[in-house]
Amino acid sequence: MAHSEKAKSLGEWFDQRLNTTGFIKVMMTEYWIPKDINFLWAMGMVLAFTFKILLISGIFLLMYYKPDVDMAFDSVNYTIMQEVGYGWLFRHIHGVGASLVFLIIYIHMFTGIYYGSYKRGREMIWLSGMLLLILFSAEAFSGYMLPWGQMSYWAAYVITNIFGGIPLIGDELVVWIRGNFYVADSTLTRFFMLHVLLVPLAILGGIVFHFYTLRIPHVNNQKGEEIDFEEEANKYKADRKKVSKVIPFWPVFMAKDIFVLSVFLFLFFYLTFYHYNFAMDPVNFDPANELKTPAHIYPEWYFLWSYEVLRGFFFDIAGLKAADIGLVAFGFAQIIFALMPWLDRSPTVAPANSRPYFKVWFWLMIVILIILTVYGKLPPTGTNAWVGFYSSVSFILLFLALPFVTTKEIAATNAHKQNGGKH
Amino acid sequence: MADKNRRAFMGKILAGTAGVAAVASLYAMKRTWDPLPSVVSAGFTTIDLSPLEAGKLSIVKWQGKPVFLLKLTPDIALDVNRDIVIGENRYTVVIGLCTHLGCIPEWREGEKIFHCACHGGQYDAHAKQTFGPPPRPLDIPPFAIQGTSIVLGEEGPEYKKMTAQAKA
Repeated sequence: MAHSEKAKSLGEWFDQRLNTTGFIKVMMTEYWIPKDINFLWAMGMVLAFTFKILLISGIFLLMYYKPDVDMAFDSVNYTIMQEVGYGWLFRHIHGVGASLVFLIIYIHMFTGIYYGSYKRGREMIWLSGMLLLILFSAEAFSGYMLPWGQMSYWAAYVITNIFGGIPLIGDELVVWIRGNFYVADSTLTRFFMLHVLLVPLAILGGIVFHFYTLRIPHVNNQKGEEIDFEEEANKYKADRKKVSKVIPFWPVFMAKDIFVLSVFLFLFFYLTFYHYNFAMDPVNFDPANELKTPAHIYPEWYFLWSYEVLRGFFFDIAGLKAADIGLVAFGFAQIIFALMPWLDRSPTVAPANSRPYFKVWFWLMIVILIILTVYGKLPPTGTNAWVGFYSSVSFILLFLALPFVTTKEIAATNAHKQNGGKH
Repeated sequence: MADKNRRAFMGKILAGTAGVAAVASLYAMKRTWDPLPSVVSAGFTTIDLSPLEAGKLSIVKWQGKPVFLLKLTPDIALDVNRDIVIGENRYTVVIGLCTHLGCIPEWREGEKIFHCACHGGQYDAHAKQTFGPPPRPLDIPPFAIQGTSIVLGEEGPEYKKMTAQAKA
C-alpha cells in the first residue's frame, strides 16, 4: 500500500485517497474562461441544468407510465394526471422542458455560428454539439410517442415511414424498425426503451465528451481573439485580475451563469404553471387510432423547419419523384449544419456582424429558418405550398453558396487592407 | 523474439474471438428487433363486397392496415389495370395509406377524389395520384375473388393478371 498519514479532517481523508483538491483545481478553480463574453455563453450550463430537470421529472413519470398500447394513454392522462400526487407537475415540467431545451439548443447553436466558434481548432466542439442535437432529437421523437395519442401515433407513423425511402432495403427496414407492418405495441415498447435508457445514456456520454472537446481549444470570446491562456492565467493567479483576460470557471464564471440560469428558471416555471398548454397538443388528447389520420399532422415547433424542407418539394422535377427529392433535401438539412466548419472557408474568427459578407448570410439563414418554421405548421395547400417550396430551395442554395460567399469575403477583406482600410 | 511472436499470436486469437462474438451479438440484436412470428403469419381476410353502396367508401382492416373498398358508380370509366370486376359491378380495392408517407387519405364523395391531409396529395376514384407528392397510385393488396367476396392476402388469377398488365 502507498504511504499515507492519519487525516486531520474528513476533507483531508478524501484528499489523501482521491486528490480532491487537485481534481477541483483542474476541473473548476483553474479551468480558465475568457473574460470577454456575454450572457449567451451561459447557454451551455442552462442546457446541462435543463437536461437534469428532464432526467429527474422523467424518473418520476417512469414510476407510473405503462408502455403498452392498451394502457399507455390512460397511464398518462388518467393515472399520472389525475391520481398521482403532483403527477401533473412532473408531466408539465417534462413537456415544457422538452420544448425549452430545444429553444436553448438553437440559441446555443446560433451563438456558435454567429461568433465563428466552430473553426480554427474548435471543430470537435461543433461536431460533438451536432451529435448532441441528433441525440436530443431522437430523445424528443421517442418521448413524443409515449402518451400514445393521435399525434404520437401519426408522428411515429410518418417518421418511421421516412426510412422506407432508402433504396433497396427501405420497406423491410420500416417493418424491422416497427417490429410490425404498422406502428404497433412492439413499436411503442422499443421506443420506450430508447427513450428511457439507451438515448439518455448516449446523451450523458455526449455531454461529457462535449465538455472534453472544450478543454484543449478553450471557449471562444466575443471578439474571436486568440488568447494565451497560460500567460493570462498566471496574471490572474498573481492577483492581477483586472489586466488578465481570463477568469476561473468556479466561482467567477459560474456566478454569472447561475444568474442567467435563474432568469431562465423564472421563464421555465412561469410556463410550467401558467402556459403549459403550448407543449401539450390538443390532438394528442385523443387516443391513438390506427385507422384515422388526424386532419392535419405537424411536429412540435422545433422540428417544423426540417419538416417543411421534407414536404416543400411537392411536384416531380426532371423525372425525379417529388417524395424522393423531399427526402434527399431532408437528409441534406439534417447533416448540413455539421459541415459548417468546412463550408465557411474564411479563417476569420469574429462575430458575424463584423464580417461584411457572412453577416448577410447569417441573418438570411435565420430569416429562412423562421419562414420554414412558420409554414411548417400551416396546411401545405395553395400559396403555402409554394412558399414552402421556395424557402426550402433557398435554404439549400444558401448552404451551397457559403463556401463561395466566404471565399469572396477573404478577397474583399484583403483588398480593403491593401487600400489601407480606405475605399 | 519467441515471446513477441507468442504475444502477437495471443493477440490475434483474442481479436478473432472478440470479432466473431461481436458479429454474433449483432445478429442476435438484429433478430430481437424482427417482427414476431405471430405478426408475420397474420392471416387472410375475407370480405363480401355485395352489400357495398356505390360511391360510398368502406374501410376494413387487413394486417393492421386500412383497406379501402369503393364500389364505383357507372359514370366512372373502366380502368382495366385497377378496377376489380365482379359481374356487373366494379370496385376500387386499395391499401388506404398514402404512398407518400403513409397517412390515411379521406374519400371526398362529392369531388370523387381521395385527399391526403398530411401533405395535400390527391388521387382519383381508381386511387391513381393526380396532385401533390404521392409517387404512385395507392397499392392494390393481393386478392382472390370468391363469388361476390374477395380474400385479401391471397394472390388470385385476377390479381396476377392485374400486376402483369401494370408492369407491361
